[in-house]
Amino acid sequence: MLWYAGKRFLQMIPVFFGATFLIYFMVFAVPGDPIAALYGDHPPAPGVIETIRAEYNLDKPFIIQYLLYIGGLFQGDLGTTFSGRSVTDVMAQAFPITARLAMLALAIEAFFGIIVGLVAGLRKGKLFDASALVISLLLISVPTFVVGFVLQFIFGIQLGWARTTVSGAAPWGELILPAIVLASVSFAYIVRLTRASVADNLGADFVRTATAKGLSRRRVVTVHVLRNSLVPVVTYLGVDIGSLMVGAIVTEGIFNINGVGGTVYRAITLGEGPTVVSFVAVMVIIFVLANLLVDLLYAALDPRIRYAN
Amino acid sequence: MKRSRIGFSAVALLSASALVLAGCAASDEPAEGDNAAIITTNGSEPQQSLIPTNTTETGGGKVITSIFAGLVSYTADGDVENEVAKSIESEDGQNWTVTLNEGWTFTNGEAVTSDSFVKAWSYGALLDNAQSSSYFFDNIEGFSYDENSELTGLDVVSDTEFTVALINPEADFPLRLGYSAFMPLPESAWEDLDAFGENPVGNGPYMIAEDGWQHDVQIDLVVNPDYDGVRKAVNGGVSIIFYTSQDAAYADALGGNLDILDAVPDSAFATYESDFPGRSVNQPAAIFQAFNMPYYLEHWSGDEGKLRRAAISMSIDRAEITDVIFQGTRTPATDFTSPVIAGHSDALAGSEVLDFNPDEAKKLWAEADAIAPYGDSVFDLAYNADGGHQAWVDAVANSISNTLGIQAVGKAYPTFKDALNDRDANLLTGGTRAGWQADYPSLYNFLGPLYVDGAGSNKEGYSSPEFEKVLAEGASASSVEEATAKYQEAQEILLVDLPSIPLWYSNVTGVYSDTVDNVVFGWDSVPLYNEVTKG
Repeated sequence: MLWYAGKRFLQMIPVFFGATFLIYFMVFAVPGDPIAALYGDHPPAPGVIETIRAEYNLDKPFIIQYLLYIGGLFQGDLGTTFSGRSVTDVMAQAFPITARLAMLALAIEAFFGIIVGLVAGLRKGKLFDASALVISLLLISVPTFVVGFVLQFIFGIQLGWARTTVSGAAPWGELILPAIVLASVSFAYIVRLTRASVADNLGADFVRTATAKGLSRRRVVTVHVLRNSLVPVVTYLGVDIGSLMVGAIVTEGIFNINGVGGTVYRAITLGEGPTVVSFVAVMVIIFVLANLLVDLLYAALDPRIRYAN
Repeated sequence: MKRSRIGFSAVALLSASALVLAGCAASDEPAEGDNAAIITTNGSEPQQSLIPTNTTETGGGKVITSIFAGLVSYTADGDVENEVAKSIESEDGQNWTVTLNEGWTFTNGEAVTSDSFVKAWSYGALLDNAQSSSYFFDNIEGFSYDENSELTGLDVVSDTEFTVALINPEADFPLRLGYSAFMPLPESAWEDLDAFGENPVGNGPYMIAEDGWQHDVQIDLVVNPDYDGVRKAVNGGVSIIFYTSQDAAYADALGGNLDILDAVPDSAFATYESDFPGRSVNQPAAIFQAFNMPYYLEHWSGDEGKLRRAAISMSIDRAEITDVIFQGTRTPATDFTSPVIAGHSDALAGSEVLDFNPDEAKKLWAEADAIAPYGDSVFDLAYNADGGHQAWVDAVANSISNTLGIQAVGKAYPTFKDALNDRDANLLTGGTRAGWQADYPSLYNFLGPLYVDGAGSNKEGYSSPEFEKVLAEGASASSVEEATAKYQEAQEILLVDLPSIPLWYSNVTGVYSDTVDNVVFGWDSVPLYNEVTKG
């Protein structure tokens, strides 16, 4: 088990370099001069643009730019944004906010998704099941920004229960509404996954055996049915941690949250290489770690899965 | 001057209606409200640290003009009022003498002297300092685009007097002195300019609160108690909250979390007036929007190009597009400037080329075809897809298709950067979206940077010695009236050549909550925060 985890950690090193290299190259390959574009319709004097390009090493060939970036990285310097802020500062500001948002969303979708899915699975074909299916279908088919604007309008503007946008410090309380929006689609998937899995497992041999042994229904459901039904759900949640961290651009935009998604989006449109690469590198690590965690959880959930040395 | 009167009265009418909208019967009514109340408004993270000569975008500009006072400042109508300057005088429009009022101080206690201006301008102009506003000093003697060269035209006479020698005469030189690039800097700035840019010390009606700049979140400004100029604040301060989307800002205004919003999102154009009854603003701004046809393209140069540009211009139904697509938040163009600028005219000779006239358009197009047949070439119009331009570009293309019977389409570039790249590299295959927002309220600012051969924003290759001659005559005219007449004459040349096909002037659309009053939007689309009362 430890050996397995260690091996997986070591695998992160080539993944990290490969990912940063590729991403840096992609940002570099996007046509257009990022400095000239900064100034919109009012370009500064050509000499000024050249000086600023040199300042950000944009006048150097790609491989030099990349090596300079990696060199800085090992000295703890991730470069600066075009506005002169250190990328480290920007990350220290954005990641905690997005992490809070993602954790809240994950908790909401996992908790409510599994409960609703379990009940629906146990009462397959009944009214509750049918409504859960319809509602989840609705959430999957309606785009996030619609859910976002509607909830913002109802709870923020009409009822005034929540702030319409999130303030700079982004405290937990203000993040609840955005987290619900962010969780909505995944919640629907989890309901469906859990429901299908529970319904499937109810007819499985081990459940029949457990019931035949005289175990209470409660114990059969929680220990045998639910635990085994969670394997696909956990896989989904693991992947979702990653997408919640990076894919919240729409939700962040609606609620003016100063998080990772929006920052990366802006950096990409500006062509701000160091910012994009640094953020994405951290996201890659989060993805890899989340996947590792999921793989390890399999073993805990399903006794048939073991990681041999 | 006869022509421009209509323009003036339009501005007067608009500002009057703005006052009525603001619920302010007369401007001499004493300001009410809480002197300590903080106004909240929308903004965006400044692109650079807050050094006046390095701030050219609106996010930082809003802060710079609030925390600094230059020689002059602008009224809501774009008129110039003296601030630090006691007088700015010249006999010939080329050699200027500036005298300063005594008693002005920066918020750190330093006096504002001639040096405060001269050193800041000299720094801003020097090539190596790479300041984005450096070109604003290019008419001061000693300026060079190619090498480090001191501004020899600036000469300090005493603490309260300095002289400026210009390379070419410029009758309306004082007009540009309210722009952010011309602000003074205290001596303490030179110790560590980077640190200063993070925490600037100014002499304006507001100052940055302690730790007031939270990056990517907001900037808090509080009243500068020592300020005694023409923009004295009647509130306690302004918090500029940064939004990455206008929709979020609008939601906050609706939800009561934002007092003033100076940019209504497209999605709310149909509803903002009913969402904020009597508390909305929709008035022309100093923003000119157009599209340009590159001179390097086949069919678009010489006489043929001239005919085709006129035909294209007359085949666009501007009134309908501004009405349907923009819900009246754009005003069809009648010249190359903006209605908020003194000297704007809607009756220039040749301005009928901007009217929708399908028959004449077809006729001119046919005449051009007689020179060289256009065939079934596609007419495309480039725009950046990240700027919300698709709707109007498609509408313009449709209007052209329907009138001329050619295939006109929009050509989307994913980002502004990509579009700019092809513009700069002369790689366009058709027309390109173009726009200009004035830096200071002058006709010249709409003409010089855009249509003079080799100017920074003249990217499509227009070159007309005749235009440049008239423009230069305007610049060196002995009076503002004479200059205006020349600038209008220069525009009449542009109306024939159409290096840029004018579309419309962008309006500033804003809303404000019932917690604030006396909200008036300036010529530069920014509310005059110091006049806003709250509580």
